[in-house]
Amino acid sequence: MRYLLVEDNRELADAVINRLALDGHAVDHAPTLAAAEDCLASASYDLILLDVMLPDGDGREFLARKRAHLETPVIVLTARSQVSDRVGALDQGADDYITKPFDFSELEARCRAVLRRRGGSARNQIALGDVLFDPLAGTLSRDGVTLDLRNRELRLLEVFARHPGQILSKGQLMDRLFSYDAEVTENAIEVYVGRLRRRIDGIGLRIETVRGLGYRMETARP
Amino acid sequence: MKTTGSIGRRLTLLLAGVAALLSLLSWGMVTTLARQAAERTQDNVLAASATTIAETLRSEQGEVRLELPYSAFAMLDAISQDRVFYRIAAGDALLTGYDDLPVPTAVPAPGQVVFDTGVYSGEAVRMATVSRPVVAGSQPVQVTVTVAQTRHGVGTISAELSRVAAILSVAFFAVAVGLSAVAARTSLRPLNEIAAAVSRRGPSDLRPLRRDAPEELAPLMTSLNRLMERLGQSIRRSEDFIAEAAHRVRTPLAVVRTQAEIALRSVGDEAEKTRLRRIIRAVDESSRSAGQLLDHATVAWRADDLARAPVDLAELAAQTAGALEATAAMKDIRLHLDTAPARVAGDAVLLENALRNVLDNAIKYSPEDTAVRLSVRTADGEARIAVSDEGPGLGTGPAEALTERFRRGDNTEGIVGSGLGLTIARDVLTAHGGRLEFAPAPKGRGTCVSLVLPSL
Repeated sequence: MRYLLVEDNRELADAVINRLALDGHAVDHAPTLAAAEDCLASASYDLILLDVMLPDGDGREFLARKRAHLETPVIVLTARSQVSDRVGALDQGADDYITKPFDFSELEARCRAVLRRRGGSARNQIALGDVLFDPLAGTLSRDGVTLDLRNRELRLLEVFARHPGQILSKGQLMDRLFSYDAEVTENAIEVYVGRLRRRIDGIGLRIETVRGLGYRMETARP
Repeated sequence: MKTTGSIGRRLTLLLAGVAALLSLLSWGMVTTLARQAAERTQDNVLAASATTIAETLRSEQGEVRLELPYSAFAMLDAISQDRVFYRIAAGDALLTGYDDLPVPTAVPAPGQVVFDTGVYSGEAVRMATVSRPVVAGSQPVQVTVTVAQTRHGVGTISAELSRVAAILSVAFFAVAVGLSAVAARTSLRPLNEIAAAVSRRGPSDLRPLRRDAPEELAPLMTSLNRLMERLGQSIRRSEDFIAEAAHRVRTPLAVVRTQAEIALRSVGDEAEKTRLRRIIRAVDESSRSAGQLLDHATVAWRADDLARAPVDLAELAAQTAGALEATAAMKDIRLHLDTAPARVAGDAVLLENALRNVLDNAIKYSPEDTAVRLSVRTADGEARIAVSDEGPGLGTGPAEALTERFRRGDNTEGIVGSGLGLTIARDVLTAHGGRLEFAPAPKGRGTCVSLVLPSL
């Protein structure tokens, strides 16, 4: 997935870019509307994250201007939680909005929801051996058999799928799966991994326990 | 606002006063003229009668002879049934008639008629006197003829005319009062139309009034429009200021939060993790409280002058659920929608905000991997959105207390909240003539919060 982040605060932008990169997304950063124009002219994006207040103008006005010939879904980053502002952003063609400061997990969840609503695309599918994983639709398919996954199973599988063959520690998985304040222990990871194992067993995917280190996903050899 | 009388009433009263004055004046004039006309008629007849009598005087053998002509009295009878008196004297000697009839001291010149008013036998009489020299013997004698008549006829005629005039005047006055009221209302209609046009507007509609108005109202329209423009500018300025301030505060907060979150992922020490969690929580609390305070103020402002457009709660529920789906998915919470069309009249933005607060609460307090159910129903003239969760319930204490400002349940420890969410929801519903209801969820676990509104 290729994202465009239009945000003038460098630290915030870096943090968001790093976080989204963990999911395997490439993020271009535009600190101004002018830079955003250039990016949009030279590349195509799957999703735009747009701050409303930028040094060279109002993000919502930019959106209203661009919307007519812009297919890409847009999530507005707003500083106001006021009702009128939210409604205004949606009226002007934003697909969703998120209020600063935001939780990374929530940002990810909103990106995923918007992309799913917009219908995703085939190029986002990940081949795990001969199993086709569509992280947006939340489906696994093999030989015409399709399996639906629940949100957290899907997130877990996505983390494994992005790092094929790598060992992932419980801590790493926890960070990706839960919001900072979720009261979970590493045992919860064991529960979720166990649940995911049972779900995907039938389709030929296996998650291995590497004693003392974590887990690793192996795709079944044909 | 204290009202100081009514322009319409004042205008009506003023016009009615003028009409009353005119009626009185015209009645007075008609009465006077009628009396004068009646009196003139009587005078003419009296003069004719006296002249006729005087003309029959002749001298015969040195004596003045008189033959009272019938016609002289018949003409007097013609105008009324008043009593008639007469006195004919040659010099000081009475020829015939009533000797004690008061006569004018000045003897009129020949050919002239002198009129006088006096009292005879207890009644007011009008008298006409003529004189004529009659040659009786060697000396011409000045004979005076006085004819008098009581004035009942004149009184009756003028009273009759005056009565008719009074009736006409009263009728004129009544019609004039009616027309005054209509005129007052008609001339005030443009003012009422402007007032209606202003009050029909939504709370944030500050466009200038564009409508045709009479010349006299143009200054009012102009200053009203100027006021709205200034108000709009000042609202925009304060909105811009709030937006700018929020942006300036929240962006660094977002940096703090993201950096703390990144640090949380990289440190291994539990004590430090706890500290970082506290930082993140404090950031969340502050931003959430600020947001809810703003929402609360917005709700209070919009509820003051509530817009009432038709809103379908089923659509609203679907929309709100859609917006919160991502949040729910983070905890593997499923949102079940079970809706039937339910139309209410209200402010969609406020209602959405109320539902969002209730739904947000339900998601926040629900355990992982549970369901939150939204149902929309209409029954008994009430539309109801019920939000049930499988959470820990409302805790102890009366549920309604949870809608108090900054009040939070006693089992909410560890969950970020401002204590304003349900207050906002309740305020929105109250403004719409509805209410917020709390009940245990139907399945025995969790809470069911209902937003109840009068249905359309």
